[in-house]
Amino acid sequence: MTHGRTRFIAGFLVIPVLLYLVYVISPYAQAFYIAMTNWRGVNANPEFVGLENFRRLLDDSVFWTAVGHNLLLLILLPLGTISIALFFAYLLNAGGGRRGVDGVRGSGFYRVVFFFPQVLAVAIIAVLFQQVFRPDRGGMLNGPLTALGLEPIGFLSDPRIALWSVLGVLIWQAVGFYVVLFSAGMASIPQELYEAAQIDGAGRVPMFFRVTLPLLWDTVQVGWIYLGIAALDAFAVVWVMTAEQGGPDHSTTVIAAEIYRNAFDYFKFGYASAMGVVLFFFTIAFAALAMRLSRRERIEF
Amino acid sequence: MSSTPLTRRQLLRSAVAAGTLLPFAAACATPVGGGAGGAGQAPAAGTVSAANPLGVPEGAPFEVVIFDGGFGDAYARNVHEPLFRTRHPKVRIKHTATKEVAKTLQPRFAGGNPPEFVNNSGDNAMDFGALIQDGQVADLTPLLDAPSWDDPNVKVRDTLLPTAIEFGTYDGTFHVLPYANTVWGIWYSTKLFRENGWQVPKTWDEFLALCETIKRSGRAAPFTYAGKHPFYIYETILTLAAKIGGPDVLRNIDNLADGAWAAEPLRQAAAAWAEVGAKYLMQGTAGLDHVQTQTAHNKYQVAMLPNGSWLENEQKDSTPDDFGYAMFPLPSFSSSDAMPYGTLHARPGEEYFVSARSANPRAGMEYLRAMLSKEGAGRFTEMVSTLTVVQGAEGRDLSPGLRSAAAALKAAGDNTVYFRFRQWYAELHDEVAAATGQLMNGRLTPDAWAERIQRKSDRLKNDSSVKKFQR
Repeated sequence: MTHGRTRFIAGFLVIPVLLYLVYVISPYAQAFYIAMTNWRGVNANPEFVGLENFRRLLDDSVFWTAVGHNLLLLILLPLGTISIALFFAYLLNAGGGRRGVDGVRGSGFYRVVFFFPQVLAVAIIAVLFQQVFRPDRGGMLNGPLTALGLEPIGFLSDPRIALWSVLGVLIWQAVGFYVVLFSAGMASIPQELYEAAQIDGAGRVPMFFRVTLPLLWDTVQVGWIYLGIAALDAFAVVWVMTAEQGGPDHSTTVIAAEIYRNAFDYFKFGYASAMGVVLFFFTIAFAALAMRLSRRERIEF
Repeated sequence: MSSTPLTRRQLLRSAVAAGTLLPFAAACATPVGGGAGGAGQAPAAGTVSAANPLGVPEGAPFEVVIFDGGFGDAYARNVHEPLFRTRHPKVRIKHTATKEVAKTLQPRFAGGNPPEFVNNSGDNAMDFGALIQDGQVADLTPLLDAPSWDDPNVKVRDTLLPTAIEFGTYDGTFHVLPYANTVWGIWYSTKLFRENGWQVPKTWDEFLALCETIKRSGRAAPFTYAGKHPFYIYETILTLAAKIGGPDVLRNIDNLADGAWAAEPLRQAAAAWAEVGAKYLMQGTAGLDHVQTQTAHNKYQVAMLPNGSWLENEQKDSTPDDFGYAMFPLPSFSSSDAMPYGTLHARPGEEYFVSARSANPRAGMEYLRAMLSKEGAGRFTEMVSTLTVVQGAEGRDLSPGLRSAAAALKAAGDNTVYFRFRQWYAELHDEVAAATGQLMNGRLTPDAWAERIQRKSDRLKNDSSVKKFQR
């Protein structure tokens, strides 16, 4: 009997595990090896150079600029997205109605609209925003500005502004999904809790902080980790949307963009893999940290 | 072809085996195989004869990969491939067009299965330094010494511009054929200039005065460049620097010489163009790309922009009929310039190579020989409005912009300059582009600009993983 069960389970597991080993674990392992070679992508016999690539990384200012941008995004992207998404989700679920436990009028419609950006491919969003940010009369934002006789804003061409434009697009793109996620979470909070809070005289704001947020904490935590990982990537928007792919003048570059650039533009696959290894550790460290910091006692209801 | 009939069972068994092995092969990002020569695959060879000087094996197929960019790929399909077939009717040509060369081909080079003939061009071109370092690129010397397609008494070598051979030579070996001959200059509309009585400037002062006149006229912005791709303007700065200080300014840069970027002519040229950047640029230039600026030019919103001789062809769909493209060389900076008025940045470009480790490299080389024929080159020029490096293949019916570029090139004579670090060191190119964008926007002084690029150049010089070139 036990024998049969083992075989049964093994039969189900062997293929997924094999696929995981081949497509996930083995490329990771190979990246660690490639990071210690000077492989340039086309030759058959890369030379082993030990930790030289990592040493070179230490004084690569562009790489550290990219790390800085990722860290900034790591803080601001989840913060911005989750705040906005919570606000919208709360309005959609408990913001309307005289008694404050119903969604605002037309919330079903808004729910669909908020989700639109999620349906678009990231590349399309990036190209779309290139037009929105266009620095001349043709730009959606700069058109009205220039019509009013003001100087156009270089959303993507001014290195002091470009990263904020990227952040804006990332948040715009992510909010919809989290509104839906948090809405689902809020919908599962029993009405009685709200009603009890109301009887105790709580307004909408205290109700949000005392009832909704604590009960939603698990969902927020998951969202935080997803967004953090998205912030550590951010590659597609940066690569497609910004000038000089991460520019102007490296002002929007992120680690993933530098990895791509070094691998596929400079053909320094060894060096790029070294960056990948660093990013790998950043991601692991972030996930561990996020889990630890947001650990709280679970509230059962 | 194997003539043994497969039983159904055998077929199924091998299909299952292939299915299980495939993921392993596909997942191996690290290279396999044993170095030069590939995995025991000897290149095909045919009999050498007067009609077949490169010994193309008749009957063996080969693959032609064309970059589908500004030139499209129709010239290969409609001109060169049919031309090749006239002499080798039995050789099957597999035609592949791609917009992203490296993405398509890099895995094939790493996997030991490269196509025979590659047009390595565009934003996503593969790094020649890396390819040659790894022995992927065939030595084309046999091609140079072969009789030309048109005349058995003239070698291919003698039909080419000398710069083409110089440009295709890496470490003393001719590896790459740059086919097109590109001329850079400042482009304008003869119609717009004629209607407003604007004159082509010959000195820098005249140029600045013209910019001022245009700005005041309110008819158009004086100047623009593809702000998102600062190459277009650093090209102009470097050419002006070479005109002021002579070709060695650019030679030192290419050779990563100590202090190459600190040279006075470079600083002067950078300062001169930074002034244009501060005063005369079309609004929003920094955030526009080449398509947007060139379209603005076609709409007469801006009077001048720096570009290469491919411009007219690139814009053929959006240019008004009476636009009248023309170009002028960079104005003289001062009377003490090292090079005379008319000095041009001209260089062979649009590179083609034959893969050393492909199955049928001889066919690839023969294809190049066909391209270098008078008919191949002449019809290419007509089709894509671009001059080639084949001597005596021009002189056909040229469009106005191309005619103006050809005339400027003729007037320049030996006074042409070029730089090569863009192809040799992509990293340095990116840094120069980034810094120059900031220079033009006034966020970097000419001195800081030079200092910053020099740092990158020095860093690159000390990077042992990057192959170095000299000229």
